[in-house]
Amino acid sequence: MPKAIQKEKKKLEIVKVACKLFAQQGYYNTTIPDIAKELGMSVGNLYNYFKSKEELAKYIMQYSSSLLGEEIKKINEMNISTKEKISLLVRRFIKIAEENPELIDYFLRVFLSNREVFSGGCEGFLCVQEVVTEIMLFLEEGVRKGDLRNQDLFTAFVTVMGPLGGLVFLKGENMLMKTLIEYADELAENIWRALKAG
Amino acid sequence: MKTLLWLQGLTCNGNTQSLLNAENPYIYEIFSKINLLYHPSLSIENNLNEIIDKILDKEIKLDFLIVEGAITKNKNFCKIGNYSISDLVNKLKDKAEYIIAVGNCAVHGNLPAVYRENKDICGLQFKFEEKKGLLPSDFKTKSGYPVINITGCPIHPAWFTQVLMALYYDRKISLDKFNRPKEIFMYLPHDGCTRNEYFEWKTEAEEFGHKEGCLFYNLGCRGPMTHAPCNKILWNRISSKTRAGMPCIGCTEFNFPVRENFFDTKKNMGIPEDIPLGVSKRAYIMISGVAKTLKNERVSKKLEDTE
Ligand code: SF4
Ligand code: SF4
Repeated sequence: MPKAIQKEKKKLEIVKVACKLFAQQGYYNTTIPDIAKELGMSVGNLYNYFKSKEELAKYIMQYSSSLLGEEIKKINEMNISTKEKISLLVRRFIKIAEENPELIDYFLRVFLSNREVFSGGCEGFLCVQEVVTEIMLFLEEGVRKGDLRNQDLFTAFVTVMGPLGGLVFLKGENMLMKTLIEYADELAENIWRALKAG
Repeated sequence: MKTLLWLQGLTCNGNTQSLLNAENPYIYEIFSKINLLYHPSLSIENNLNEIIDKILDKEIKLDFLIVEGAITKNKNFCKIGNYSISDLVNKLKDKAEYIIAVGNCAVHGNLPAVYRENKDICGLQFKFEEKKGLLPSDFKTKSGYPVINITGCPIHPAWFTQVLMALYYDRKISLDKFNRPKEIFMYLPHDGCTRNEYFEWKTEAEEFGHKEGCLFYNLGCRGPMTHAPCNKILWNRISSKTRAGMPCIGCTEFNFPVRENFFDTKKNMGIPEDIPLGVSKRAYIMISGVAKTLKNERVSKKLEDTE
């Protein structure tokens, strides 16, 4: 395996473990040695991959954003109706949340709750650019095609992302009676009705 | 001496006004090199009918036929002697070495072609975007060039004089897809605009006439998607619309008279529908997002308050 790919693979392993620990114990209560220990690697070696805890924290967000961003990009490039795109978007989001629960936990418990950690170079949308860009492209196209009501970007944006975040939050709190995917159709319908034109 | 004949169809005379403002070379310098056979606003003694007869009889060789204004066959709308403007162009089209259409009307039909009561109004070789002007799409003059188009509402005099001088000295010129000289129309008003830094950092003006802010997001500036060198060859050698705080309204493009809301940028969910030439919407959104988040202190202040 080429070195660069090997390095990326290892980084991913670190991300998964760090995510879990950060979310479970809190960002400040988790140290680099804790993460190294859980991974069975030396602290020195871990520093070869990430120069600081903060860099690791930001990387996790960038990684999650590109994971979800890539999926939405695929949907954006499909030749299907806006309504179908919303339905696919909800399903893909749920799938990623189910496959990577630690990423969602991390987003809710670390990224949203410790904003000061993300101020240098990760403020605003900087670390979640891919997702934001793809959602914006989706919304713009929807209006251009006459399917969605023209409005302020941010009200539309939270109308898409808010319900998705809310649902996975409830799942994390073990409040849901059904599996996530069973809520997909209804949630997609809600988002569509909220955004559609006319 | 090479010769030049200037005809006018449906026109406001704006390109002639522009011509009078030519500098370097000045109008009298041009016409000391080139014999001006006739210009409807400038000629007093010359008789157009006689000149046309002499051209047809090959007594006079016609080098440059310049047409200003839109074309119609209908003499109720435009009559020159006993002719319509389209009669005159048809008579002379195979005699001229070069035909140059000056101004958006002669090129694309422009504002006159929007008029509903007379549907035959068009440009010399185009009607708006389509090659459906008076002359066939494959028409070429004796020199081998199609009608050379200099758009603008009006043209900048230097756009015309530079092209005229190039042809005068037998230089080759290359043309874009609307047969406009590349050397002039490969630039955008955005190139060289003094507001580029504001564009880059997404600092947007809310009002006309201020020194600060880019006019793209709120005020409809078409500088990044219009072909014209307005910030390279300045107007009256001094300024340009965008420098003065007025958005570019895209006067050199075929769709100039049919666009709506000149001072408003059409947006969908806050995202401009038309974006600068050469970038994808994805790239535009990405880079705007980054620029907005990372502030540039200087462009967020009034210029007088900067260090
Ligand atoms: S004002 Fe217009 S031409 Fe100038 S930088 Fe802004 S968009 Fe470009
Ligand atoms: S700035 Fe735009 S509207 Fe003004 S003259 Fe140039 S191309 Fe025409």
